[in-house]
Amino acid sequence: MGKFNKSGGREMPELNTSSLPDLVFAFLFFIMMVTTMREVTLKVVFRAPQGTELQKLEKKSLVTFLYVGEPTQEFRAKMGSETRIQLNDQLAEINEIQDYIAQEKSSMKEEDQPFMTVSIKADRATKMGVISDVKQALREAYALKISYSAQARVN
Amino acid sequence: MSKKRKAPGINATSSADIAFMLLLFFLMTSSMDTDKGLPRRLPPPVPKDQKKLDLDIKKRNIMVVLINTNNQILCNNEYIEISQLKERTMEFIDNPYNDEHKPEKILTDIPFFGEMMVTKNHVISLQNDRGTEYQAYINVQNELAAAYNELRNDVSRKKFGKAFSDLDEEQQKAVQLIYPQKISEAEPKNYGENK
Repeated sequence: MGKFNKSGGREMPELNTSSLPDLVFAFLFFIMMVTTMREVTLKVVFRAPQGTELQKLEKKSLVTFLYVGEPTQEFRAKMGSETRIQLNDQLAEINEIQDYIAQEKSSMKEEDQPFMTVSIKADRATKMGVISDVKQALREAYALKISYSAQARVN
Repeated sequence: MSKKRKAPGINATSSADIAFMLLLFFLMTSSMDTDKGLPRRLPPPVPKDQKKLDLDIKKRNIMVVLINTNNQILCNNEYIEISQLKERTMEFIDNPYNDEHKPEKILTDIPFFGEMMVTKNHVISLQNDRGTEYQAYINVQNELAAAYNELRNDVSRKKFGKAFSDLDEEQQKAVQLIYPQKISEAEPKNYGENK
């Protein structure tokens, strides 16, 4: 029969942690790949509309964002509470869209340019007049692929 | 000469902590949310000097969907609720009973399927007011997309036993030929915006 001898048992070997940083780094790189940095500070408030038939935007690098909504509290005093458009980091007028799109387009690789997509992130209470103006401007700028950004509806 | 001294190993226990700090920093500053939306294609701009073409579309091929300032929906001169829109649209696109007020069916040769009767000349004309709320507009777009998706899924299931999104590219193209998405958006009119 075996003997159970507690005293003088083997000492627990210390766990080797030298590869732990490598593990964490691998995880870090994974996170960096799948996420995008928030590049712009939002100057308009928007709550995306809801829908059910949504599709994911494929390539992040081909997407240009266009925000539509009311200015945030700190800009209210300067801009009023009318619906405004935000391009990159500043609030803009409708007639600036065309130049902005052209600029964004020229910064892309030539073979990617036809696949450029503009994602319209607009507040759900926006009046369609503004959206229509934006759409007209995009048509003029030949940015014909658009996407109405929305959230998935929870039933 | 004295004997070579052995270099002491660098203590690396804290590098894990440093890596964690980096990780946390990236977790905080980046956003995981994938952007989702309803993809659409805008028509190319009309040259300014071009005269308005009067496209001759038969009346039976058009379904007019109007959204007014109060977000009410008018579908072919009839008030309907948003919940009815999908069914109406599906009936219109598919025209299962060959109704003479619904789009005409044209014999078309489609890969994988052979010759089929397809309502390829149908047009859904979507018009909205400048005062329409964006959410109402998205709701309608969403319902229209849902109608197309359901029809496409049905035919994919019947033929290939898979949902439309699981088909390969050629098969998707074939299904799209059967149910081409034709939503035309008119320039918005100002019927009565209260400002």
